[in-house]
Amino acid sequence: MSEESTLADLQEYTDTDYKWGFTTDIEQDTVAKGLNEDVIRFISKKKNEPEFLLDFRLEAFRYWQTLEEPEWAKVHYPKIDYQDISYYSEPKKKELKSLDEVDPELLETYNKLGIPLEEQKMLAGVAVDAVFDSVSIKTTFQEQLKDAGVIFCSFSEAAHDHPELIKKYLGKVVPYKDNYFATLNSAVFTDGSFVYIPKGVRCPMELSTYFRINAAGTGQFERTLIVAEDDSYVSYLEGCTAPQRDENQLHAAVVELIAFDRAEIKYSTVQNWYPGDKEGKGGIYNFVTKRGRCDGESSKISWTQVETGSAITWKYPSCILRGDNSVGEFYSVAMTNNFQQADTGTKMVHIGKNTKSTIISKGISAGRSDNSYRGLVRATKGASGARNYSQCDSLLIGDQCGAHTFPYIDVHNTSTSVEHEATTSKISEDQLFYLQQRGIDEEDAISMVVNGFCKEVLNELPMEFAVEARKLLAISLEGSVG
Amino acid sequence: MLSIRNLKAAIEDKEILKGISLEVKPGEVHAIMGPNGSGKSTLAQVLAGHPFYEATEGDIEFQGKDLLDLDPNERAGEGLFLGFQYPVEIPGVSNTYFLRNALNAILEYREEEPMDALTFKKLLKEKMEVVGMKDELLKRPVNTGFSGGEKKRNEIFQLLVLNPKLAILDETDSGLDIDALKVVSDGVNNFRNEENGVVLVTHYQRLLNYIQPDFVHVLMEGKIVRSGGKELALELEERGYDWLREEVN
Repeated sequence: MSEESTLADLQEYTDTDYKWGFTTDIEQDTVAKGLNEDVIRFISKKKNEPEFLLDFRLEAFRYWQTLEEPEWAKVHYPKIDYQDISYYSEPKKKELKSLDEVDPELLETYNKLGIPLEEQKMLAGVAVDAVFDSVSIKTTFQEQLKDAGVIFCSFSEAAHDHPELIKKYLGKVVPYKDNYFATLNSAVFTDGSFVYIPKGVRCPMELSTYFRINAAGTGQFERTLIVAEDDSYVSYLEGCTAPQRDENQLHAAVVELIAFDRAEIKYSTVQNWYPGDKEGKGGIYNFVTKRGRCDGESSKISWTQVETGSAITWKYPSCILRGDNSVGEFYSVAMTNNFQQADTGTKMVHIGKNTKSTIISKGISAGRSDNSYRGLVRATKGASGARNYSQCDSLLIGDQCGAHTFPYIDVHNTSTSVEHEATTSKISEDQLFYLQQRGIDEEDAISMVVNGFCKEVLNELPMEFAVEARKLLAISLEGSVG
Repeated sequence: MLSIRNLKAAIEDKEILKGISLEVKPGEVHAIMGPNGSGKSTLAQVLAGHPFYEATEGDIEFQGKDLLDLDPNERAGEGLFLGFQYPVEIPGVSNTYFLRNALNAILEYREEEPMDALTFKKLLKEKMEVVGMKDELLKRPVNTGFSGGEKKRNEIFQLLVLNPKLAILDETDSGLDIDALKVVSDGVNNFRNEENGVVLVTHYQRLLNYIQPDFVHVLMEGKIVRSGGKELALELEERGYDWLREEVN
C-alpha cells in the first residue's frame, strides 16, 4: 500500500456521522424572525423581568446596532442575516414542578442524550439544569443545594428571586460593550444558569447544565453567571448538542465567573454542537464569550474544554487575574473534522502580584478542517512576579487539514516570566502500525493515539465527564473502516 | 506454521524482495542474516503487514490462512508478533493500558473472553520478573522517554505477555550492551517451546551465542543465497559476507 492510499484510509476514519442529530417533535412557541426593540421587549416581558434588565438589554441593542461584525478570526463563513433568526423559542406547556410533568418527548430526548436527569444519575451526585432552546426546563437537586446555601437556578428564576445579585454582577466581567457577539447576547439572551456559592461553602456536588438547540431557524443565546464568595469552591460542567439541520444556526453565549478571596471555580465544557455534514453543510456557529475574574487574593479559576462540535467555533475562555497570588488555568482539546473551523484559545491577563497562569491547548485536525489556537498572555506594570506557562500542541490527521498557532505576549514589567512551547505533529503511520501489530484495530489505534495526545487535558475533567469526553473523541473520529 | 513462497515485495515501486521462500515449523528457530540493505527488515515488515510495503508476487501461508489477505491487527490475532527494530513512542498511553487493550483485542479476535484485571495483573508480574522490568516502566507511556535498552526489553516483555505463535524479532539485539543482550536472550529462550516459532533477524552472530538457531539463512539483495545450520553463522562471523557474495555471483 502506498502512503497516499493509507492517507485515504485515514480520511475514511474521519468521515463520520453525527449521532445527536435527531429533532424532538414537541410544540414550540417561537417568536417571528427578526430583531428590533419590540422583540427585545417581548423577550423581557415573556420572562417577566425586572425593569433594570430590560434597560440593560435595550442599551446593549442600541450599541450593537453601531457595531460591525468582527473579521479577525481565522474562520470563513457567509454573512449572517441577523433578521433571519428567531430570537425566542420555548416548548409549550410550562411551569414544571416535577419530572413527571416534563413532556415525555423531551425526556426521551434527554435519554438519547444521556443526560443525567434521571434517578440513577442523581445517585451519581450531579445536579442538572437543562436548557432546551431558550427555556430552562428543570433543575434537580434544589433542596440539597439550598441547605448548603448554594443558589443554582435558571437565569430567569434568578432574575426574579435574586434580582439584587443579578444587578450587582451581570455584565461586570463581560460588559455589554465587550464585543459584537457579547453585545448581541446582552440584548437578546433568553436563559442560562446562575450559581451563587456563599462564603466558606464547598459546593456539595458537581453542578451541571445541558444545552440543546432544537427548534429550526432559532438562535440560542444563553447567559451563565457564577459568583464564588470568599473561601468557596464550585465545579461546574456544561454539555451541548443540537439536531442535524441543513441551515446554520447561531449560538452566541456569554459566561461570566467571579471568584473572591481564596475562592475556586472549576468550569468544564464538553461542546458537541452539530458540526455540519461531510460536505460542510449546516452546523452551529458557536461564537461564545467566556471570561472569569479572579477578584480576590489567592483565588483560582480553571477552564477545561473539550470542543468537538460546531461548524465554526470562536471562543476564548479567559481569566483576569486581579487578586494577588491568583491563579488562572486553561486546558483545552479542540478537535475539528470535515469542514469544521475552530479559532479558539484563551486570554490570561495578569494584574495582581505573583499571579500565575497555565495554558495547555491540544488541537486535533482531521478531514479538511482548520484549527487555530489564539492566545494572549498580558502582564501589566503592577503584575510583578507574574508567571505563565503555555503549551500548544497540534496533531494532524491526514494531509488536507490545517493547524495554526497565534500566541500574543504583552508584558509590561521586568519580573514576569512567560514560557511558550508549541509542537505540531502528524499522527504517524508508524504509531498506528505499532498498535495494530499488537492486535488493536486501526480505528481503536487512532483513538488511542488521540486520547494519549489529549491526556493532560482529559485528566482535568471530572471523572464522569472524562469518560464521556473520551467516547466523544472516539466517535468523532470513527467512520467506515474498509 | 509459516510458509513463504516466492515472495516479492516493493516499496514505492522499488523492488526489495526478489523471490523469497521459507518454511518455519513449530518448535524451530530461524535466523535471518545478511549485510545492510539486503532486505532483512523489509521481510519482517511485510510479514507484519506494514502499509508502506507492497507484496507484488508470491504468497504467505500462516496457520493455514493467506497472510497477505489479513490486516496487521488480524495477523496479530492469528498469533504473529513483530519485535520492532525501532519501537515507537506513544505519548500519553500507559504501557499497562496499551498491553491490556492489545491482549483483549487479540482474545476478542479469537472469540475468547477478555482477561479479567486480576489475572492480567498476575500475568504482568510474572513476565516482568523474567525480563527484569521495573514497575515504573509499566505506568509510563509506551516507550516514551525509554532508553534504547529499555525499549528492547519492553518488546520482549510484550512478546511474553501476548505469547504469540510466531515471533519475528527485527534486530532486537542491535544497540544492546552485553548485559541487556543477555536479558533479551533469556526472554526469548523463556518464550521458546515446541509449539511456537521464532524468526530472528540479525546482523551479528553474537546473538546466536545466546539463542541457538536451528537454521541460518543469508539474505542478499532480496534473495536467500544460502541456508544452513548454526555453523553457517560462525563462518560468516569469521569471513564476513564478501566471499559469499563472490560465490553467488
